[in-house]
Amino acid sequence: MSDTQTLTIDGFKVAIQGERNLLEVIRKAHIELPTFCYHSELSIYGACRLCVVEVEGRGAIAACSTPPEAGMRVRTQTAPVRELRKVNLELLLASGRHDCPTCGKSGSCKLQSLAQRLGVDKVRFKAPLQDKPLDLSSPGLVRDPNKCVLCGDCVRVCQEIQGLGVLDFAGRGAQVTVAPAFNKGMDEVECVQCGQCAAVCPTGAITVRQDVEAVRAALADPAKTVVVQVAPAVRVALGEPFGLEADPHVMGRAVAALRRLGFDKVFDTAFAADLTIMEEGREFLERRAKGEKLPLFTSCCPAWVRFLEQEGAAELPHLSSCRSPQQMFGSLAKDLLPAELGTTREDLVVVAVMPCTAKKSEARRPEFAKDGNPDVDFVLTTQELARMIQESGLALGELEPEGMDTPFGLKTGAGIIFGNSGGVTEAVLRNVAGLLGGEAVIDEVRSAKGRRTATLELPDGPLRLAVVHGLANARALLEDIRGGKEQVDFVEVMACPGGCAGGAGQPGKTAASAGARRAQELRRLDSAMDLRIPHQNAHVAKVYEERLGEPGGPEAHRLLHTGYAVRRRIQGEGMALTPEGQGRVPVSVCVGTTCHLRGSQKLLQELLGRVEREELEDKVEIRATFCMEACDRGPTVRVAGHTLHRATAGQAMDLLGRILSGELQPRTADPAEAAHACH
Amino acid sequence: MSVCMMEDLETVGAAYREAAARCARRIVVCAGTGCMANGAMKVLGALREAARAEGLDLETELRFEDGAGHDGLMTRSGCQGFCQMGPLVSVEPDGILYCKVRPGDVPEIVRETLLGGRPVERLLYRDPATGEACRGREEIPFYALQERTVLKACGSLDPEDVREYVAQGGYRAAAKAFREMEPAEVCREILESGLRGRGGGGFPTGRKWEMARIQQEPRKYIVCNGDEGDPGAFMDRSVMEGNPHAVLEGMMIAARAVGAQEGYVYVRAEYPLAVARVRRAVADAEALGLLGPDLFGTGLPFRVHVMEGAGAFVCGEETALLASIEGQRGMPMPKPPFPAQSGLFGKPTIINNVETLATVPLIIGRGAAAFRAVGTAGSPGTKTFALTGHVANTGLIEVPFGATLRHIVHAVGGGVTAKDGTADPAGFKAVQIGGPSGGCLTEAHLDLPMDFDNLTRIGAMVGSGGLVVMNRDTCMVQVAKFFMQFTQNESCGKCVPCREGTRQMLALLEDIVEGRATEETLPLLETLARNVKLGALCGLGKTAPNPVLSTLEHFRDEYEAHVHRKVCPSRVCKALMTPAIEAALCKGCTLCARKCPVGAITGERKAAHAIDPGKCIRCGACVDACKFNAITGA
Repeated sequence: MSDTQTLTIDGFKVAIQGERNLLEVIRKAHIELPTFCYHSELSIYGACRLCVVEVEGRGAIAACSTPPEAGMRVRTQTAPVRELRKVNLELLLASGRHDCPTCGKSGSCKLQSLAQRLGVDKVRFKAPLQDKPLDLSSPGLVRDPNKCVLCGDCVRVCQEIQGLGVLDFAGRGAQVTVAPAFNKGMDEVECVQCGQCAAVCPTGAITVRQDVEAVRAALADPAKTVVVQVAPAVRVALGEPFGLEADPHVMGRAVAALRRLGFDKVFDTAFAADLTIMEEGREFLERRAKGEKLPLFTSCCPAWVRFLEQEGAAELPHLSSCRSPQQMFGSLAKDLLPAELGTTREDLVVVAVMPCTAKKSEARRPEFAKDGNPDVDFVLTTQELARMIQESGLALGELEPEGMDTPFGLKTGAGIIFGNSGGVTEAVLRNVAGLLGGEAVIDEVRSAKGRRTATLELPDGPLRLAVVHGLANARALLEDIRGGKEQVDFVEVMACPGGCAGGAGQPGKTAASAGARRAQELRRLDSAMDLRIPHQNAHVAKVYEERLGEPGGPEAHRLLHTGYAVRRRIQGEGMALTPEGQGRVPVSVCVGTTCHLRGSQKLLQELLGRVEREELEDKVEIRATFCMEACDRGPTVRVAGHTLHRATAGQAMDLLGRILSGELQPRTADPAEAAHACH
Repeated sequence: MSVCMMEDLETVGAAYREAAARCARRIVVCAGTGCMANGAMKVLGALREAARAEGLDLETELRFEDGAGHDGLMTRSGCQGFCQMGPLVSVEPDGILYCKVRPGDVPEIVRETLLGGRPVERLLYRDPATGEACRGREEIPFYALQERTVLKACGSLDPEDVREYVAQGGYRAAAKAFREMEPAEVCREILESGLRGRGGGGFPTGRKWEMARIQQEPRKYIVCNGDEGDPGAFMDRSVMEGNPHAVLEGMMIAARAVGAQEGYVYVRAEYPLAVARVRRAVADAEALGLLGPDLFGTGLPFRVHVMEGAGAFVCGEETALLASIEGQRGMPMPKPPFPAQSGLFGKPTIINNVETLATVPLIIGRGAAAFRAVGTAGSPGTKTFALTGHVANTGLIEVPFGATLRHIVHAVGGGVTAKDGTADPAGFKAVQIGGPSGGCLTEAHLDLPMDFDNLTRIGAMVGSGGLVVMNRDTCMVQVAKFFMQFTQNESCGKCVPCREGTRQMLALLEDIVEGRATEETLPLLETLARNVKLGALCGLGKTAPNPVLSTLEHFRDEYEAHVHRKVCPSRVCKALMTPAIEAALCKGCTLCARKCPVGAITGERKAAHAIDPGKCIRCGACVDACKFNAITGA
């Protein structure tokens, strides 16, 4: 091996040990150069210009995008680069509405902490005259463009980690913004609400939507009985904002805190996770026996479910029909608890504390409600619970740990590890392998890699497993399965890096920095349990005995399973070109880019002309709509729920004629429309 | 017919020359964008009509096969450069150049010149200095004082006829590079020529090529950067419109030098004529087998695609341009890696500007030494400039590097003009060179030999070559503000210093011209300029403060007058003017009072009027309205 190569940083020699860029070498030398747009797991972007250093002979360059070279003489503290960093921060502080005291991100905002650290004590520049509107379309996320520093972290995490590309840059100069397609709301495009954009956002430009006040209102209402379920991953992150990372009793203290906040019962989502394993294990064994709809995809992660509804129509039947633990819990709670607690379904409020922003969206799915009353009324993230505790003044670290309530507070270790990537697989394996008489070997499943596969030899043949986290990894796996490159029987998908423990609802730190500790803690909690296999959960057994019957039976299906539908990525009503009204036949013509190139504009004109000539104006309503997602078969026209591909004006008129004459029944919705409506 | 061998090129050329010789005269109508806008196509139509009326046999296309003699050949050319005087019509071999030709002038041209062999005096250029009529290019100072090499063919060649390009020696350099030279030799020749990129930075072209050549990668690309976006620059457009085959030949040579199989010409969509002509040139070269699967019998392929840019200034920056070709948003990427290492689709890529590529065949054809004989030691060769602004002869020019600004503005350009277009010999104030990335040159620089290094040294740059001449009525703060507005509008918004820094610099400049500046304004402006220059990600951002820095350096007193005394010395900034009516000159016509939007002017008819300074909003409407110059500004 050759001699170690070195460079000097501020006069001190530092070895180059395979670092990809100068910034990594500098940070290795314990100099925390400020950055907004650098994340080791994302591509190099080079835009914030905070990591600019002086390199002898090359002038001022950004350390993040410079490969380290032997003999480089780097200076990180010269007057020009110090001034540059401060001026850049000052410019950013003037770039929007950075009103720290009232910002939800205050305290964990990078712009705020860097301005403080670098001693930016004044802003000499002018702020923009006008505020930009907030995007409040999402159940789980709020996008405030006025706080955006355009670092592009969200753009890259969505594109590179999640493979979605919901957000991108638009406009030029001072008008540049980060926005979804057509400047729509995030929930109106292909966003799956995973919230990783919010997790990497250094400022308050994308944040978790706060539902604390609604929960407080329910707690304050004497007529309501409020129960709470706490997800497995919450317990390993809730301590972080309180400096209690190392405290093994955070969950017990949190139970005490929840009771003091006024919750009537404190339950564990891990109980429902045990139920999930019972159901999903049964479902898997049935499919395996029949050799159909394999691989089975797990359905615990709502971001993944929405992703597959949008992009995997062919794979939807493979998705486990099991509701997620959150929704199983809600369904059972609303079914069993009113009698037990002496209240009604309407007066029972189920709150979920989740590490996840997509869970807020999941709780609002219409199929998870009965007569308009949702199974889960409110979802709080770990962040929001921490804030509630902080607001109330409860000293979490000082509270005596308390136990959860029965019956839904009892769980096994299998339910706990649902919070980790690989945990669902491991839990199901404990169950299935036991049932099949094999041994669950799980080393590979426990690795932290974004995609991993393992084969378990069981008496009835090999069981091939795949575990992925990050939707880009999921997409790649999906494509390999479609292309026959990967043959698997069981696939676990979690959208967030590291699984639920790295969810966007977790406090402050990104999964990359806190992930390993959280994962380890979940495994420690699992191994500390006496019960580690769901079959051992006595209350689960009791619920089956008294209410559900057999796993996979009709009652279990009614309460614990669900269905899926193809979902359009771009939502929106389009533009009405004629008057609208009751009884008119709706005609939509796609004017998205591809259809436009294929002549939809001309088709639309012709259609309008013919409707006028044939005096049908008061019988139809014509709309121009954006993408109907059949670009390869455009122009696409939809007449009263019937879709025409490669349409002509003549065909559209014929179809219209048949509907007007009663020969053809109007459909309220296409299958795709139905999916749209179901959200 | 497919041209594979040198001999085939000679055959095509000889056939063209023979056919051309059968035409007694050649009438060339300039069909550059400027002349087209002034009605060159109508002139061409009138010419056809008049010739038919007079029974003249004027061909519009050379016919190879007919063997018959003709009275003349009528063709279009690319930009002939003298845009101020367009539409231009030249008649050869008579050596006549007619200026500002209207369709109504055409019958006389046909009668007098084509039939009678005499020039039409009134359509000739008249030297303003001597009053003498100039018959043709040799006598017109604008042309006589230039050294047109890259642009030489632009003024005469039919850009849509590949055979003429071949007849004039075209594609010989490419043939030589492919058949007689090794890739390393081609790189060495270009390196020895000292050719530097004409697009702005002045990076040695040979070094760039060599870096790409040594990459061990089977796929490589050549990209021609035709995204000329500086306000007031149109050199590249003129070359693409006037001599597109020279650009293609340069790309072929580059492909040979580095071993590329594919090329892209990236042209602004705002240059429809250039797009059409380059497309036509590619199709014609493909038809002749000059581009395609086998170049000159070597078995080496090279194909060229033409891509229209979507109108973003930043796409002239090479990494943004590559992103745009790949279908991404045009935003620059940090370098390294350099495109020569990892460029288009991650492959080694050469990006050269149009003019650079059009120069390449001249170097390979005549040799590096001949190229070095012109220009300065550090900047050999010639440079085209787009000369605009307050100058008598606006247009497209070409001079050797090392020519002085005095030569360009006063000799070639015919001197400075006043606001109304009349000559103002003492009116020179400054020249903005290099567009929004460049700086201004002043009186003190009139005798500086202009080349890459001298201009960089004084804080300006060659840039792509726009020269905007400004007379003494120009407010330099407004100039800086104009360019800052441009860069701010065109910033891609990626890096903080460019996006936010230019926005704030613009706001400070607005404060200055609006009279809101304080003692802190100038120091803050300088701080910002310094940091944007230091910290921006790409070349465009790094050079965005140059107009501010250089006007501050050379015209600081003007800035200070605006800031401290709230006065615009050039009387351009309306907000700094306090209009007052000079009673002695006022006739009491009431026009100003009627024009005043806020009713600040009062007075009896036929008596001197007065302005109420409390009501006046300093819009300047009264100053413009007064026919007696009775209203003064500051």
